[in-house]
Amino acid sequence: MNFYIRKIVSFIVTILSVALLSFIMFQVLPGDAAVARLGTEATPEAIEALRAEYGYDRPVSERFVSWLKGAVRGDFGMSMRYEGMTANELIASRLPVTLTLAGMSIVMIALVSLPIGLLCAARPGGYADRISEAAAITFMAIPSFVTGLLITLIFGIWLRSFTPGGFVPPDEDAGRFIRFMIFPAISVAIPKIAMTVQYMKASVREQLACDYVRTAKAKGNSLHGIMWKHVFRNSMMPVITFIGLIVAEVLAGSIMIEQVFNLPGMGRLLVNSIANRDFNVVQAIVVYIAATVLLVNLIVDLVYRVLDPRV
Amino acid sequence: MKKIIAIMMLLVMTTALCACKGGTDKDGNSSDSVYYGGKITVGITQDLDSLDPHKAVAAGTKEVLYNIFEGLIKVDKDGNFVPAVASSYEISDDGLKYTFELRSNVKFHNGKTVTPEDVIYSLKRAAGLSETPEADVSTVSAFNIISDITNDNGKVVVTLSSPNTELIGYFTSSIIPCDYTEQATKPIGTGPFKFVSYSPLTSIVLEKNADYYIEGCPYLDGVTFKICANTDSAFLELLGGSIDVFPYLTNDQAAQLEGKMNIVDGTMNLVQALFLNNAVAPFDNVKVRQAVCYAIDRQAIINVVAGGKGEIIGSNMFPSFSSYYDKSLVNAYPYDQAKAKELLAEAGLADGFTFTITVPSNYDFHVRTAQVVADQLAKVGITAKIELVEWSTWLSDVYVGRNYTSTIIGLDSQLAPSDVLRFYPSTSSKNFMNYSNAEFDEVFESAKSTTRSDAKIDNYKKLQQILTGDAAAAYLQSPAQLVAVSRDLDGYTFYPVYVQDIASIHYVVDPKTK
Repeated sequence: MNFYIRKIVSFIVTILSVALLSFIMFQVLPGDAAVARLGTEATPEAIEALRAEYGYDRPVSERFVSWLKGAVRGDFGMSMRYEGMTANELIASRLPVTLTLAGMSIVMIALVSLPIGLLCAARPGGYADRISEAAAITFMAIPSFVTGLLITLIFGIWLRSFTPGGFVPPDEDAGRFIRFMIFPAISVAIPKIAMTVQYMKASVREQLACDYVRTAKAKGNSLHGIMWKHVFRNSMMPVITFIGLIVAEVLAGSIMIEQVFNLPGMGRLLVNSIANRDFNVVQAIVVYIAATVLLVNLIVDLVYRVLDPRV
Repeated sequence: MKKIIAIMMLLVMTTALCACKGGTDKDGNSSDSVYYGGKITVGITQDLDSLDPHKAVAAGTKEVLYNIFEGLIKVDKDGNFVPAVASSYEISDDGLKYTFELRSNVKFHNGKTVTPEDVIYSLKRAAGLSETPEADVSTVSAFNIISDITNDNGKVVVTLSSPNTELIGYFTSSIIPCDYTEQATKPIGTGPFKFVSYSPLTSIVLEKNADYYIEGCPYLDGVTFKICANTDSAFLELLGGSIDVFPYLTNDQAAQLEGKMNIVDGTMNLVQALFLNNAVAPFDNVKVRQAVCYAIDRQAIINVVAGGKGEIIGSNMFPSFSSYYDKSLVNAYPYDQAKAKELLAEAGLADGFTFTITVPSNYDFHVRTAQVVADQLAKVGITAKIELVEWSTWLSDVYVGRNYTSTIIGLDSQLAPSDVLRFYPSTSSKNFMNYSNAEFDEVFESAKSTTRSDAKIDNYKKLQQILTGDAAAAYLQSPAQLVAVSRDLDGYTFYPVYVQDIASIHYVVDPKTK
């Protein structure tokens, strides 16, 4: 089968399974949107009336099919928590925050870890290598939300480099928005930078041990030239795959960090929607996140083919 | 009747004075200085569940909407009912008819004057009597005895099908315009602040209502309620200076803020208890319930979870209900391990037993209380397992489904004694404890309808005694509320109901120099 058809089919099958799985999980969860919405003042009649309005009185299979019909058209229904807003509207208003956060983190990861990895691999056992080794192990062990709290404490409260909670929406002042997002992005990036540096180092070392490097050296090329012309390009291959894989983790990290920095992104929306049993919004977010991760992996595959046509 | 009206007039005048108090005392004391203007940010930890006051159910929403909406009456800080949209009210001697005279100068935020039609529409909607009922309007269940609401020459007359002299406390229910359909997105009320904007999970912004019927109120030009992810992130924002007022400090946080901010403490007006499912073994046995009561050291709980702030209670009533509150019940079950073991032995459980406390995990205060309770119960041989559940799960499994053994939670109330006790009548849909006592049901009905205040007080004390005697639950405390207020501000006021009254807050330094 053609590469592209195969990819597209697996894309659709994966999204469908993710949607079905989260749908089933939602059925197993105790409580529903009607009970969550009415709280302690609920009467049995009011709960029944609201359940009927949300369509909970219909059989599960019928609800999944009707949800699917809407979802195919990109219509994920109304939020049950926020009156008068569709799931898409809610997500659209949160998306810029999470995408900026994840995007900035990925750029930081690439900009910081690739040069460091290369530098350390060039001189194994050197100062840079030893320091980065220790730092990497430390930062890999610290979860991003702890890093986030530490950064808030040190840079927000002690050094006053930013105002904790001083989030500015992007449409109000894009410059201040980006400036505020730097610290959350660093919190997401740090553990991943640690991992990527280790990976990059291993990958470069593997290449350096290859016969073609020895040959190139024997021909009298400088280490610098070899590194740049051959080793870097070849060792990038596995690293790109790795960064592709990391996208999913960066998204997950962003969701966590949004709670720490009080950012109104997808993560807080997801957590709140689950707590309120806002099924339509949760389901939409799950599908969008799954689609993003799959899309990034698809792009990685394509880049791979460009870099190495043998694949 | 004349006397009642005279009292009402007096109350009108006092509201006008006390709704925006302060500023009169000009002894040259600089700490008393009152400035008009300025804006503040108040941190809250729960997103609003609706902007429509008749659809909002969460206490965390109502306390915010309190600033936008008003009822016919309001509650002042001492627990008196004072007229708001109404200028005076009368309750007929038989407790069947409530007559409200409306103020003439009350305007909605859209500039329209409040008419009796608006009031009738609002009350009918809140009572579930509206011609086009909406499924998600949370009706005031106490209003189900209202048979008719009419306009009598500009006065609004509410007729009841059975006498209830306490219904007045529920007329704090918001008055909204009758011909307006965008209440859920652009709310309009009569309160001291008007709605500007709302962004889910971010903030709700309000500005001063310049047309408010009380001259010189409110002080501030605006307020932003900022929705924080949790108390920890709110605390960081307090330290960082982006929040001026935060009403839900934990005890530890308050200690850390000492000297940096003013810490004001009041009461949450909640009944915190270890609620026991009276229909499930072993708590279907009154001796076991009493044993649990004896085995709990309430003061130790208050010391551990709240640094000693909070008041021990002995029944389902909190001290703010001063005249109805039976203080003698506080010591009904003193901490007595020997007595607890004796009662357990009498119940055939000399070796103790194991049970589960289901606690909503979003309430750290209740979770920590559960840990202390479990420790204390272990000393008399009772093993308590703590199960943390999400709030939605708690609502559906514990509160609605009644599928639990015990739970720790705080019960809130309107300012009517029958409302505090609404969880106990055996036929009540809110009776999540499955409590059942025919005597209680009987006294409860007569307490609600009696018009004589001394008989009413006797009845309510009797009800508290019945609950304590039955050990319907192991009542713990009326928790303290710790509020952080910026040192630039003053006037934060506690009420016997759960509200954040921004109208009373003002700057003590010139907000322009900030």
